[in-house]
Amino acid sequence: MDGILGLLGAGILEALQPLNLMMIILGCTVGLLVGAMPGLGSVNGVAILLPITFLVPPTAAIIFLAAIYYGAMYGGAISSITLGIPGASTAVATVFDGRPLAQQGRADKALTAAAIASFIGGTVSVILFTLFAPPLAAFALKFGPPEEFALMMLAFATFIGLGGDDIPKTIFSILIGLVLATIGLDIISGKPRLIFGDISGFLHGINFLVLAIGIYGIGEMLWTLESTKGKVAVHKVKMSFRNLMGNLRDLKEYAGTSTLGSILGYFVGTLPAAGATPASLMSYGLAKTFSKNPEEFGKGKVAGVAAPEAANNAASTGSMLPMITLGIPGSPTTAILLGGMIIWGLRPGPLLFSEHPDFVWGLIGSLYIANFATLLINLAFIPLFVRVLTMPFTVLAPIIYILCVVGGFAPTQTMHDVWLMFLFGVVGYLLRKLNYPVAPAVLAIVLGPLAERSLRQSLLASQGDVTTFFTRPISGTCMLIALLLMCYPLIRKYRAKKAA
Amino acid sequence: MKRFLRPLVVTAVSAVIGLAGSASALAADWKPKKPVEFIIMAGTGGGADQIARLLQGLIEQKNLSPRPFIPINKPGGSGGEALRYLQDKEGDDHTLLVTLNSFYTTPIIQEDLGVDVSGFTPIGRMALDTFLLWVNNDKSDITDLDSYVAAVKSAGKSWKVGGTGSGQEDSILTAMMEAAFDYEVTYIPFPGGGTVAKNLVGNHIDSTVNNPAEQNEFYRAGNTKPLVQFTGERMAAYPDVPTAKELGIDIEYYMQRSINGPPGMSDDAKAFYIDLFSQLYQSEEWQTFCVEDGLDCTEWVAGDDLAAFHGEQIVRHKELIEQVGAEAITGE
Repeated sequence: MDGILGLLGAGILEALQPLNLMMIILGCTVGLLVGAMPGLGSVNGVAILLPITFLVPPTAAIIFLAAIYYGAMYGGAISSITLGIPGASTAVATVFDGRPLAQQGRADKALTAAAIASFIGGTVSVILFTLFAPPLAAFALKFGPPEEFALMMLAFATFIGLGGDDIPKTIFSILIGLVLATIGLDIISGKPRLIFGDISGFLHGINFLVLAIGIYGIGEMLWTLESTKGKVAVHKVKMSFRNLMGNLRDLKEYAGTSTLGSILGYFVGTLPAAGATPASLMSYGLAKTFSKNPEEFGKGKVAGVAAPEAANNAASTGSMLPMITLGIPGSPTTAILLGGMIIWGLRPGPLLFSEHPDFVWGLIGSLYIANFATLLINLAFIPLFVRVLTMPFTVLAPIIYILCVVGGFAPTQTMHDVWLMFLFGVVGYLLRKLNYPVAPAVLAIVLGPLAERSLRQSLLASQGDVTTFFTRPISGTCMLIALLLMCYPLIRKYRAKKAA
Repeated sequence: MKRFLRPLVVTAVSAVIGLAGSASALAADWKPKKPVEFIIMAGTGGGADQIARLLQGLIEQKNLSPRPFIPINKPGGSGGEALRYLQDKEGDDHTLLVTLNSFYTTPIIQEDLGVDVSGFTPIGRMALDTFLLWVNNDKSDITDLDSYVAAVKSAGKSWKVGGTGSGQEDSILTAMMEAAFDYEVTYIPFPGGGTVAKNLVGNHIDSTVNNPAEQNEFYRAGNTKPLVQFTGERMAAYPDVPTAKELGIDIEYYMQRSINGPPGMSDDAKAFYIDLFSQLYQSEEWQTFCVEDGLDCTEWVAGDDLAAFHGEQIVRHKELIEQVGAEAITGE
């Protein structure tokens, strides 16, 4: 343990060298901007900037990439909150409460909470990584298809509580998401399914960002137009030091949620199948389920911003673990980081920890500094981002529409997805008018393919025997917790009735 | 960290300086005008993925392209998603595909995909990849091919073989083994060779026919062991592992790792990419990677020669699929 702390300390000191510190600040700033641009995403950012890493020493290069990665995780929240368009898939859950807060003129509160929660997520996960990396890597190996499926059930269970009291409508919304998730090529046989004749655009399935941007970007705009008849009130947000201190005091509202979200996020991140997006959605669901006032979620609750933001940052550190020990990157950005490692002659695998501890702990040490730097940069930028909201609606609306189109086009670069996004926008607006919760549909389209794959793999392996999910210790426990969670809203309702 | 990274930086910097001079020597005037999409028809962590990421890094390091190569994984439907994507990109000069043998098999098996790979623009063959049969080291009673076959036969359909998808080369090899040894197994597809390796180490599957690159690190760590190699001769990296032919089983199978463009790529672009990848092929880094990872990189095949090679392989795979039956591969 002393050895690890020494190496981690050395890594942190290394990151504080002038050149490295400069790379951190540059990387975080670039990452923030890249993350805030819908559809650009950190993947392209890191890929395009990879050449820069060959001009500086490798340590600085790793730090630079890690800083972009971290910056982008924070940045995704910015457009989620100020514009209501998720900048990256990891920031979709941040829209749920971030956007309502901004509409109430409390964008600064939401942005501060996102920054602080991200910092908590980063810090908690670095500590967990330092203490438990090797045992967790071994634990991740125990996760076979049945365990992955059980984990997905757990995620769905946390979302039953998401739709408020109307459980049938929530389940309906989840099912719509699941149906949309089956469009594309069959996972097992590779045959096209539900592609509406032969529309090639459906072959790659429905991109989750297309759905999210459609529902939250376009749908929200339509809703705003209807509810305000175009006379949108502009919120003047005063930013001062005292204001910031006041926002920091909100911390007590979400410290617990953030810590829980961080632990959950880190753990989900270490599983090669999952990643930061499911982690953030699960964390949101969990925060709502166990909140004293769950009905406040989705209407602008600070904890609803903090929970997903803490989890997605923690998961991004967690996803380093399968990358380092198994060579399986947990996210597209870590995949590019992996490319950098191979160039430097480092082969990821179970031996990397013992053969090149200086690299592993140096990387983690630099993440820690990057995390801290991004917090400061982000807090400094908040007044600038908040000013976006002081623009008149007639100026802001076209900008949002353009960003939605760019965000819908970018992932696959086909107009097919842009039209689809508009369609989802209209559908999202109608669902909202009919009082259907849309968040569960978004969750289902993210987790649907993962759940389907693991379900079919499990059943192939057990030759159709469903008990496989209950007889294995880890998956059995997860399934049991999932079932209890699904019943939890019913129990609460019953108790509320009894009390009344 | 510095200790082992410094020499690499020195080479990187000197490579950049050196190439500044030789860049003008490039024959074609055409150069990429925007980032090049580097499509991988398999998931992350697999052999194709590792190769694409290494190539992308080398292109950056050696400054071979004015615009970056961006690796994009399209693993859906045994590579069908990637193939159809390329087919629909007809005439595009900024998209390249890193192939596996599913380049041949997926269009044969999935007839309604609407893909004809013989129309694609062949650039160059970077390597021939090899296959070994792997089991978890915990299976102490399995030490060679005979004990393996005995174990599979006694387990029957509950023996689980992991692979990267129905119709992928490992499923063909699995079907070939089923035919040769007269047993039947349950084949479970995973997204990418890296995930297969992880599931073998975690004992969620019983065996797999991974490429060396996908198992090497776990082999070195003592998690898994190879039983047989499906090559003509023993590879330098595995001197103690017998080939199937030595044991009297007539299975020899390779996988090509080649770079191809969409149909109708312009001649100038084709010339640029052929030149770029031939430089990479001859680079010391690539040749070292080939030796370490059990890849055969002794013959550079590009352009029309590669098209001819593809032609032969398509015929061979049609025969193989007929021989073992498409159902044996798709598991239907």
